[in-house]
Amino acid sequence: DLILPNGGTPAGTSSPASSSSLLNRLQLDDDIDGETRDLFVTVDDPKKHVCTMETYITYRITTKSTRAEFDLPEYSVRRRYQDFDWLRSKLEESQPTHLIPPLPEKFVVKGVVDRFSEEFVETRRKALDKFLKRITDHPVLSFNEHFNVFLTAKDLNAYRKQGIALLTRVGESVKHVTGGYKLRSRPLEFAAIGEYLDTFALKLGTIDRIAQRIIKEEIEYLVELREYGPVYSTWSALEGELAEPLEGVSACIGNCSTALEELTDDMTEDFLPVLREYILYSDSMKSVLKKRDQVQAEYEAKLEAVALRKEDRPKVPAEVEKCQDRVECFNADLKADMERWQNNKRQDFRQLLMGLADKNIQYYEKCLMAWESIIPLLQEKQEGK
Amino acid sequence: MEQAPPDPERQLQPASLEPLGRPDDDDLEAAVSEEAEGAQEEGSGVDTMTENNFSLKKIEISVSEAEKRTGRNAVNMQETYTAYLIETRSVEHADGQSVLTDSLWRRYSEFELLRNYLLVCYPHIVVPPLPEKRAEFVWHKLSADNMDPDFVERRRIGLENFLLRVASHPILCRDKIFYLFLTQEGNWKETVNETGFQLKADSRLKALNATFRVKNPDKRFTELKHYSDELQSVVSHLLRVRARVADRLYGVYKVHGNYGRVFSEWSAIEKEMGDGLQSAGHHMDVYASSIDDILEDEEHYADQLKEYLFYAEALRAVCRKHELMQYDLETAAQDLASKKQQCEELATGTVRTFSLKGMTTKLFGQEAPEQREARIKVLEEQISEGEQQLKSKNTEGREFVKNAWADIERFKEQKNRDLKEALISYAVMQISMCRKGIQVWTNAKECFSKM
Repeated sequence: DLILPNGGTPAGTSSPASSSSLLNRLQLDDDIDGETRDLFVTVDDPKKHVCTMETYITYRITTKSTRAEFDLPEYSVRRRYQDFDWLRSKLEESQPTHLIPPLPEKFVVKGVVDRFSEEFVETRRKALDKFLKRITDHPVLSFNEHFNVFLTAKDLNAYRKQGIALLTRVGESVKHVTGGYKLRSRPLEFAAIGEYLDTFALKLGTIDRIAQRIIKEEIEYLVELREYGPVYSTWSALEGELAEPLEGVSACIGNCSTALEELTDDMTEDFLPVLREYILYSDSMKSVLKKRDQVQAEYEAKLEAVALRKEDRPKVPAEVEKCQDRVECFNADLKADMERWQNNKRQDFRQLLMGLADKNIQYYEKCLMAWESIIPLLQEKQEGK
Repeated sequence: MEQAPPDPERQLQPASLEPLGRPDDDDLEAAVSEEAEGAQEEGSGVDTMTENNFSLKKIEISVSEAEKRTGRNAVNMQETYTAYLIETRSVEHADGQSVLTDSLWRRYSEFELLRNYLLVCYPHIVVPPLPEKRAEFVWHKLSADNMDPDFVERRRIGLENFLLRVASHPILCRDKIFYLFLTQEGNWKETVNETGFQLKADSRLKALNATFRVKNPDKRFTELKHYSDELQSVVSHLLRVRARVADRLYGVYKVHGNYGRVFSEWSAIEKEMGDGLQSAGHHMDVYASSIDDILEDEEHYADQLKEYLFYAEALRAVCRKHELMQYDLETAAQDLASKKQQCEELATGTVRTFSLKGMTTKLFGQEAPEQREARIKVLEEQISEGEQQLKSKNTEGREFVKNAWADIERFKEQKNRDLKEALISYAVMQISMCRKGIQVWTNAKECFSKM
């Protein structure tokens, strides 16, 4: 295991600013919805670090971009989970009107899982990769200053200590709304979103539980199969003419066990994490919805206050107008994000569920092949008599 | 795959029940027909009747129905039992038409009596086992209640299989008691008991229970006994694990059924995804319920294995009887040897071994020559009787070994054939389960792809 000093240390050497950067700048455009992408981020190469104080994993984050915000066409840095956590909270702070993708949970609940096991690290790597890709695909979040720092800074700790006086103004306007106002009624549109999210999270939670239970049943089934196959071998040792057929059945059950193990591994590594991500996603969505309500509540309260002054010609102060702008801004951002999220969700679930079906089909095909292959063995012997 | 699963289709085929003295007598049958006739002698009261009924060329046997009944038992207690309808049809040679000749009801205990009778009267035959009295090696979904309809149905098939096995056995099929079991409803029990087989059984059983050690066991039988022990242990292990496998598989399928409900509920809040989810949920329901049939089919396989589990016991019974016979022979030989020695001692007046007799001789002096002569005479008579006995026991033993081994060979062939067939049908079941699985998931995938 590699021992590195704490913090994100650039692993790969970035290539010097290329001469094509001018061209890149010319090409730069906010073309997220189109086919062309100009920002590519991948998370790979997890490494374990053992320090005196703690043991942790860092991941390599490679960024390729033609955007003007990036001085170099390619960056490679190493980050650990808590850096991702920092990024997410900064994004939440600075882009309060937007839906910030969820991070995988810090600790796996029912923590029998070894945090440093290969499977766990790989599952987390995939989730972190997905997290960054979701931000990368977002027309607003991908331009966030903190995100840029996260992808490029050699020493992220320096920024973290500074507390970053970068672009926090966008956030401030909403941040200071810390409740105190109570919204009378959510507009229908958002009430519907809220209700949708409640049901969605509930159903997804159920699916998650079912999937876990299936995996549990499959693993127990696997345990029995692993005992079942060898019994045929034991039997075959007693027999003459039957030895080969029995051995064949034993091998066949062995093949089926292997196929089943692959299926459960796939389910654990590919199916469950996506469900978890979407459960967390709906939580993020709910919290944005709550913030929106607060902003609207503040606006409504202020508007009411103005009305109460009973002036002949009630003049709406600029402050209140600003408030209204904020509500409208928020609504627009939220709706756009919700729509984007719905699209992603539909595609992700289509892919996920088709994958689930595919994995099961593959499993049955492997078993089918195994059983079909022993039929001639059994029949041949039969006719040979 | 043309191979039909052996149960129950195979059993629908007519089993031939040949009359006595079929033309194609081979060695084996010639050898054992004496035995069969021996059994007949014991139940001589029914001899003539059998002759008449055996004019039938062929008989088809089926256990076609099971019926729950309530009656009073020996101590006049109310009891519930299951009666099975046995139908026999004669198959005429000319047109192949079958005519219902008889149908009667028997209960499990009567089958047991029949089998016990066969076991005693045909010690050298691997007597087909009965299906289990109570369900064993069950997984949680199966009821262990012996009034459970599924169990009764499986036992009906098992009892039919038993009758067909006996009917297709070259020796057992000629047994009169068996024939009457199929054709004479009343008084059958009395007829069986008149054969006096119980007495024979009891004395033999007592001897079997006593610990005895054979000095020169037949290696073939020792090996066979070892094999039956091993077979029994491996098959019961297999059945135990299979029941657990079935349990788990059931769980895997049934939990998938929960997807059906939740997909349907989820679909209610989705727009574009709704229809796909809803119909995929339906396929998950289908998937979950498909396991019931799959495991029901598998139970037939388990029953086939169980038959051989019980066959292992039947095999061991033959070995034990051989051992008993060998023990008798050895005891007789030993007895004879010691008598010969005594006789020699008396004749020569030398005592080779220290004995009580030697002591008395020394203490009380020689007995009179007349007395000695008389004793020698008695001993000589006993010796010649013993030699005769030993000779006949030897012949009997050789005969037993020959007959038993012939039947064991027959059994081995039957076993290899049956178990191969069972394995094939098991593989076919697995294949059909995989196909069903592929089908359901392909349908579900189709629905998901439309989301």
